Amino acid sequence: MKNLMHKLTAFGAEILKTLKLIARNKMGFVGFLALLLLIFMSYVGPLIVEPEMRANVKQIYKPPSWEHPLGTDFQGRENWIMLVHGGAEVITVAFLAGLLTTIIAVVVGAASAFFGDWVDDSIMTVTDTWLALPRGILLIVTAYFVSLEDVWTLALFLAVFGWPSLARQVRSQFLSLKKREYIEAAQLLNLGAPHIIFREMLPNMMSYILLALIESMIGAIYSQTYLVFLGLVPFGNNWGVLFSLAYAKNAIYNPNAMASLLVPMGGIVALQLSLIMFSRSLEEVFNPRLRVGV
Amino acid sequence: MSKQLENKSWVERVLKHYITRTVAKKFLILWVVVTLSFLIVRALPGNPVDIMVINLMDSQNLSEDEARTRAASLLRLDLNAPLHEQYFDFLGNLVRGDLGESYVLARGKSVTEIVFQRLPWTLFSVGVSLLISFTLGMFLGMLAAYKRNSLLDQVLTNFSAMIGAVPNTLWAIILVLLLGVVWKVVPLNLMRGSLSPGIKPGFTLEFVVDLFKHWAVPGLVYVLTTLGGWMLAMRSNTVSVLGDDYVTVARARGLPDFRIITAYVGRNASLPSVTALAISIGFLLGGSTVIEFIFVYQGVGLLMSQAITKRDYPVMQGILLVTTITVIISTAIADLLYGWLDPRIRIQGNEE
Repeated sequence: MKNLMHKLTAFGAEILKTLKLIARNKMGFVGFLALLLLIFMSYVGPLIVEPEMRANVKQIYKPPSWEHPLGTDFQGRENWIMLVHGGAEVITVAFLAGLLTTIIAVVVGAASAFFGDWVDDSIMTVTDTWLALPRGILLIVTAYFVSLEDVWTLALFLAVFGWPSLARQVRSQFLSLKKREYIEAAQLLNLGAPHIIFREMLPNMMSYILLALIESMIGAIYSQTYLVFLGLVPFGNNWGVLFSLAYAKNAIYNPNAMASLLVPMGGIVALQLSLIMFSRSLEEVFNPRLRVGV
Repeated sequence: MSKQLENKSWVERVLKHYITRTVAKKFLILWVVVTLSFLIVRALPGNPVDIMVINLMDSQNLSEDEARTRAASLLRLDLNAPLHEQYFDFLGNLVRGDLGESYVLARGKSVTEIVFQRLPWTLFSVGVSLLISFTLGMFLGMLAAYKRNSLLDQVLTNFSAMIGAVPNTLWAIILVLLLGVVWKVVPLNLMRGSLSPGIKPGFTLEFVVDLFKHWAVPGLVYVLTTLGGWMLAMRSNTVSVLGDDYVTVARARGLPDFRIITAYVGRNASLPSVTALAISIGFLLGGSTVIEFIFVYQGVGLLMSQAITKRDYPVMQGILLVTTITVIISTAIADLLYGWLDPRIRIQGNEE
């Protein structure tokens, strides 16, 4: 227990240090703050703001004004309220999909690099095959037949399609770690594969894995957007569904309806940009070579 | 190649080895997709064939038995046979190029015919965009690497990363909105369809001009979504190549900068991207479903979204198979090209 507490404080100190480093990078800090803001709005916002449940026929497609800060949509619902309530699902799916993608990729990549030989050969053949498929089309066709009805199924589905390129990267990272002296020492001491992978190698890769997680999240949001747009993910009033509905109602050609299209799109774009800004500055923090220039 | 004729015997042996490896891998991929696409229609929970039978009963007023025989003939399968027999039938049909018949989109037309009618459009729009984006990305990536840590580098890398993170769907909508509706710089009819009405495909100037006019905006979406990836990859490859000994030696020998950039740095740094080029075709073909839908571009992507809304399974399956074959052929070309560009690969076979 004491050991755990000690580890937790050490972990906290580590996070604090990272935060300080992030604050030094202006763009990354902006991305970080934007991300926090989006998360706060999407998860705490719905607790404060009542959802718009009913259609309001009298105020369909009002452009932004004092009364309707971000305008109203095709059912007369306030766009800003829809924005607040539509984020959680997108972020949750992205996070879960990113997490699952990273877990699969790390397990596969680590196993491949660590065991080498025929294990490596066969895993890499599978990875390459999966990578060489027209995954976009396959994703759409399978999404059509598999019913993606809840957040977990969608996340798992995206992860199954997203892991291969990351697995390759993790493998090459592990391969370069494997040549370090302390890993060779651990192998000579016969500490066993799980110990070496989880206690010696993984802690040294945490920064890399965190970056991979964010990158997978960005990828998951990207794929999620077009699956929703094609009508293959039939749930919720999230940003993706909202902008797809507005597009289907031809909001693009109607100046009064434009806000109902642009507001949820803005949500997705803001999320993607904040993630990418954050990850690019993290990269700078984790990789000192980038800071000083190679 | 002619220079290598004198030591043909071993070159041929090595090449053969490399090619057999490549070809074997391609067949493996093809088999995986074929099997997957069979399993998707025949063995998935929710049974797509049953849904198809119900659709047929609804739309064509057939009894259940009639609909079942009709579905079987459309899919070219004996639905009562054991699953493994159906699988072999399916493989046999495929070898003969028979992908079944469309039953909603173009009733009675063979899937092969429909898909091959649409494929050239997608290959054109995706291919041209990919070449532009690749070339531009290589150039900008090298530029950023040469000027690394300068303001230009910062701007280039950050912007391209941001542009690439915005989903293609959103880019397409944003461009239609800005170019067509708000600024009115591109007439909306150029962003709907792949040719103006009345223009016949052929080797006429009129056709080529119209073709590129309709390609421009969807093409821009493909370029915007892929450019960043090429650029960042090229930047990091160039940075690592610039530190290599042979570049230093080339400089010491007093070679002109242009030659060092093109023949020494450029060639070596762009090598890894060549294989990625083929993979990205598969990625773009998936993206084309949304983009062609938004721009009503008459390619396989649009066909795909139509097949999805109309529940035309044989067409969906056909597109999956045909795009897989397209991707496999293009990756094979890229692999062989890679082997030709980089002799090390040919000799070491398949090493990292």
